[in-house]
Amino acid sequence: MKEKKLMLGNEAIARGAFEAGVKVSSAYPGTPSTEISEFLAKYEEVYTEWAPNEKVAVEVAIGASYSGVRSLACMKHVGLNVASDPLYTFAYTGVNGGSVIVVADDPGLASSQNEQDTRMIARSAHVPLLEPSDSGEAKEFIKFAYELSEKYDTPVILRTTTKLSHSQSVVSLCDRTEIPDKPYERNVKKYVMMPGSAIGRHIVVEDRENRLQNDCSDFSVNRVEYNDKKIGFITSGIPYQYVKEAVPEASVLKLGIINPLPKKIIEEFIKTVQTVYVVEELEPVIEEQIRSWGYDVKGKELFTKQGEYSANMIKKALFGRDDKVFEQEKTPNRPPILCPGCPHRSVFSVLNKLKIHAAGDIGCYTLGAVAPLSVIDTTVCMGASISVLHGIEKAKGKEFIKNWVAVIGDSTFLHTGINSLVNMVYNKATGTVIILDNRTTGMTGHQQHAATGKTLKGESTYAIDFATLCRAIGVPNVIEIDAFDVVRLEKTVKESVNGDILTVIIARAPCALLKGLKFPNICTEIHEKCKKCGMCLKIGCPAITKNEDGTVKIDKTMCNGCGLCKNYCKFGALEIREKE
Amino acid sequence: MKNVNIMVVGVGGQGTLLTSRIIGKTALNNGYDVKLSEVHGMAQRGGSVVTFVRIGDKISEPVVEAGDADILVSFETLEALRYAHFLKKDGILVVNDCKIAPMTVVTGAEKYPENILNSLKKQHKVYSIDGGAIAEKLGNAKVLNSVVLGFAANFFDFPENAWLDTLKNTVPPKTVDINVKAFTEGLNYGRKL
Repeated sequence: MKEKKLMLGNEAIARGAFEAGVKVSSAYPGTPSTEISEFLAKYEEVYTEWAPNEKVAVEVAIGASYSGVRSLACMKHVGLNVASDPLYTFAYTGVNGGSVIVVADDPGLASSQNEQDTRMIARSAHVPLLEPSDSGEAKEFIKFAYELSEKYDTPVILRTTTKLSHSQSVVSLCDRTEIPDKPYERNVKKYVMMPGSAIGRHIVVEDRENRLQNDCSDFSVNRVEYNDKKIGFITSGIPYQYVKEAVPEASVLKLGIINPLPKKIIEEFIKTVQTVYVVEELEPVIEEQIRSWGYDVKGKELFTKQGEYSANMIKKALFGRDDKVFEQEKTPNRPPILCPGCPHRSVFSVLNKLKIHAAGDIGCYTLGAVAPLSVIDTTVCMGASISVLHGIEKAKGKEFIKNWVAVIGDSTFLHTGINSLVNMVYNKATGTVIILDNRTTGMTGHQQHAATGKTLKGESTYAIDFATLCRAIGVPNVIEIDAFDVVRLEKTVKESVNGDILTVIIARAPCALLKGLKFPNICTEIHEKCKKCGMCLKIGCPAITKNEDGTVKIDKTMCNGCGLCKNYCKFGALEIREKE
Repeated sequence: MKNVNIMVVGVGGQGTLLTSRIIGKTALNNGYDVKLSEVHGMAQRGGSVVTFVRIGDKISEPVVEAGDADILVSFETLEALRYAHFLKKDGILVVNDCKIAPMTVVTGAEKYPENILNSLKKQHKVYSIDGGAIAEKLGNAKVLNSVVLGFAANFFDFPENAWLDTLKNTVPPKTVDINVKAFTEGLNYGRKL
């Protein structure tokens, strides 16, 4: 009997890639896609790496594919925007070894800046897209994606969503199939996309999509489940599970391929079933195409374009039914916060004190936008902090940004921040950029990057030095500083925002959650000295709580002894002691 | 078997994820279909976290919805209050009696509700344990989740050995002994109720 295992969707995708004989994988971490590469890195047979960004990752996968082996690139939905440039043209060149791009969408915004729908990008790039609905399917679909990729000479997108990537279900394991390398042959008409070749390839792309359209109704990834023929659902991915839960008696057409849509079986289903609903999270990608063929189906007039669906939501929309027994109690919110001992808090406490605005970026430090730190004014996308600050300066002049900085994490800086900094150097900017260097990719759960000295596989490698890099591209003033040295930090920030030269401050201290980190100290309150002034509460540390009399108490199980709070107590009521 | 819907809730960093994984694996080893839904990323950073475990012959949806939970295990009292409406009419609420003030309370923007356990008892079957005190008595505050898991195990149909097998295969090898002790303490505490 095959071994059965409870697996995260992401682990199953990695397993599928392994079983499919993938040889090269490149990715940039991003919730909810990160764990795919971490699981894949455990298989010796697969070369797996972290790239600095998703564009690089896809290009690495392209190179591996052209050379003749099966390749993979993984990313979150917004990562595909960064990788769109290679994607659209990869669709023209096609593959040699099969190539799959796994993209994880985040309906419900568990950890993202928007809710975009990858199925729309697949349509406009003319790339086939498959969507599984549990871990077992995720593993099988990615194997099918490689067959499709090689048979139709195209990259294939496997779309997952947060609920699929981060839920576990049962998977039966198979062995790896070793795929012999294909020979590499020079082919200018296929692989060199200058106009003369690309004109020809565009015809190939259209022809391929027509063939796929014809064939895909017979693909094993689609499934018709006829039941009560009065009511039927066309759905795919995780929403399939919600439909089965909400209306188990209905007929269901479960689509495995979303681009192109399998028109023949959809038409047959619509003709067989009385009332047809389309249930898809986010955009009406399936619904609008079906309507364009002249069929009347119900969809977004009942079901929202926003957030994650659920069985209850479907029941409510269809039957006005709600299974809830109890009313929800009113409770104080518990939003996520920076951890105790987080070096970002130290930098933000200084910026808050100096009343400085920060153009922010993507990472844990986005939490610096909320009270009580309230420092971050803008967050758009990876790398945008630096260019947004530059745009403000060019619009309003250098005096306007005397109380502004850009803050960006180490991994985010390497992702796309460097380009923006080059722009500042080139175009005579005078702003201040703070690289929050916590020695890891923090928010996604501690992935290595090009400045940590370790690869995804755990091997030692060259570590990029931020100061050297910044000086090399021409930043005139580069200052390295201990993120917890608030006295020097305050002085440095004041000087640099008031100065007239471009400054990069590298504020360095490791993420408090990094493995192997030792915390020799702990903070202690001296009850009699506390004047209840609340200054220490302004740093927003979850280890600082209040007693009933209003004095401050340190939660000893949470405190990491960073000592930041001590700097903000004028009365000596907070002390750092060595742990017993 | 009828489906059993479980929710494990708490504050990011309390070990709710590990707890639900152990419940899921134990159910799988006992021959059931299992789906389990987790929370990763930004929400984990000290925020309110929810994981779902569903056990049965064939499970579709990977999450538990309001009105459908048979067992709600909460590692913190405010989180128990926040999610109690997910319980079925006769659902069981297992609470670790511990209070962690959210930042909105610490800054004074909101108030931590008083007498949460008493008000929950008016509507639900509530079983509480001071898991933190038991874990500290054992000399390791980090085994809190095994204490709470052991306590909650009283409300499942799996034999003690099934739990211990999964626990031993899931926690870091060096911490097996202390976690087994913590689980047993929690289990026995529940048996005495």
